[in-house]
Amino acid sequence: MRDVAIVGAGMTRFGELWDASLRDLFVEAALAGLGSAGADRVDSIYVGNMAAGQFVGQEHLGPLMADHLGMHGVPAVRIESACASGGAALRMGFLDIASGQSDLVLVAGVEKMTDGADVTNVLATASDQETEVYHGITFPGLYAMIARLRMERGTTTEEDLHWIAVKNHRHGAMNPKAQFRREISVDDVARSTMVAEPLRMLHCSPVSDGAAAVLLAPLDQARRYTDRPVRIAGSGMATSTIALADRPDPADLDVVRLSAERAYAMAGMSPERVQLAEVHDCFTVAEVCCLEALHLANGSEASQAARTGYSALGGRVPVNTSGGLKSKGHPVGATGVAQVIELFDQLRGEAGERQVPDAHVGLAQNMGGSGASSVVHILERV
Amino acid sequence: MPSPRYTRDIPARYRLDAARCSACGHVALPRRTICSGCRSQDMEPVRLTRRGTVVTSTVIHVPPDEFTTEAPYAMAIIETPEGARLMAQVVDCQAEEVVPGMELSLEFRRIRREGHGGILCYGHKGVPVRRHEA
Ligand SMILES: [Zn+2]
Repeated sequence: MRDVAIVGAGMTRFGELWDASLRDLFVEAALAGLGSAGADRVDSIYVGNMAAGQFVGQEHLGPLMADHLGMHGVPAVRIESACASGGAALRMGFLDIASGQSDLVLVAGVEKMTDGADVTNVLATASDQETEVYHGITFPGLYAMIARLRMERGTTTEEDLHWIAVKNHRHGAMNPKAQFRREISVDDVARSTMVAEPLRMLHCSPVSDGAAAVLLAPLDQARRYTDRPVRIAGSGMATSTIALADRPDPADLDVVRLSAERAYAMAGMSPERVQLAEVHDCFTVAEVCCLEALHLANGSEASQAARTGYSALGGRVPVNTSGGLKSKGHPVGATGVAQVIELFDQLRGEAGERQVPDAHVGLAQNMGGSGASSVVHILERV
Repeated sequence: MPSPRYTRDIPARYRLDAARCSACGHVALPRRTICSGCRSQDMEPVRLTRRGTVVTSTVIHVPPDEFTTEAPYAMAIIETPEGARLMAQVVDCQAEEVVPGMELSLEFRRIRREGHGGILCYGHKGVPVRRHEA
């Protein structure tokens, strides 16, 4: 296996981008990524996308996007793992370079969610249609069940969850790419509309359009494109049961633990080395579960991390300095790639107001469904 | 969803026909060919008892289209005495009453209507077991 580096990155703003189509978003992010590395052509393309077929009626995104980049002829394929599609696409690009098959790979995640499709129904297809959706459960409903179980056991309180939204909005307010660039208060969260008890509107990530792209090259060729490459030290993926009911403990995201342990093992690193993390806070409770499962904090520490400042900028392990899915936005297929772009910027010292001082190692965790798939990448400054 | 799909699901949804692994005892609803616990293919049919306990729950305030008129409504993961787990609505009570540990009976009910005047879809819903009735 060859060492793999990220040598360029670009992304669109996230939000309700009425003027941009699926392909417009992809091309904008890909061009920015290619331009940042001074690259014109790549050996292969991986498109991370969850549901363009349902959102805008478009499948076959590999050739579509290669065509619109003027790169028809180049191998290109769409990678899908629900909301973890971006992370899964990055993993495919990583393996492509590591194997020696390609010397320059474009990985771009994209989702166009605001073109009129019923978003609740589309997102629900990431859970089990036959045993879950049929009976009337929604996606927020599944995470609400995880939250209620934790609250019942006394490991997490409602206020702990409010603070995660507050913290991520505080971070996102400093991110020019974020959908919501405004701070919110604990009261705002506590008073927002109920979606699925105990989760309210401000515990949920929004509906977003957006795209994010990175360029990968072998580490020993990286200096052709940039003087500050970032190495992908570890990549881990795991799956769990598709239905929440089928997990021994529905409040435990075992898939996150397994994907993280694989990434830590490949990187030869312990969790103590991680200085900042982007985790999949599709709902506030997910951030708590992930901190635990990634071994970045233990039980009560994880629940209270946002309130105590442990996971805020300036804390022990700043989490979701980008604003996370909550504030930055969650165009599902783009999210896993955008997480890694935040780490890329941080590890190169280019994160502006959000900069974590002297950051060497960062971790990104991207989740699909109610925790049925998870992808973890560990990045290191070189 | 077209109608053949519902016909196929009748054993699990109407009769709670599940499968128990002869090797490790794990119970799967609907039936499966391969045990998700131990990968044995020695799965024997078992019909679930129509009662169970709430493992966890929520109250849906923002529902899918087909359930708009029912919101807010309670949903729960329910464990039957055989150890099978299923997702179901819980009805005939205040939605806020449905909390982990609650005892339910499973009753055959209409779940949804597909499309405009379309197919009626059936299955099981949880109903609280009241102490004085039990
Ligand atoms: Zn078994």
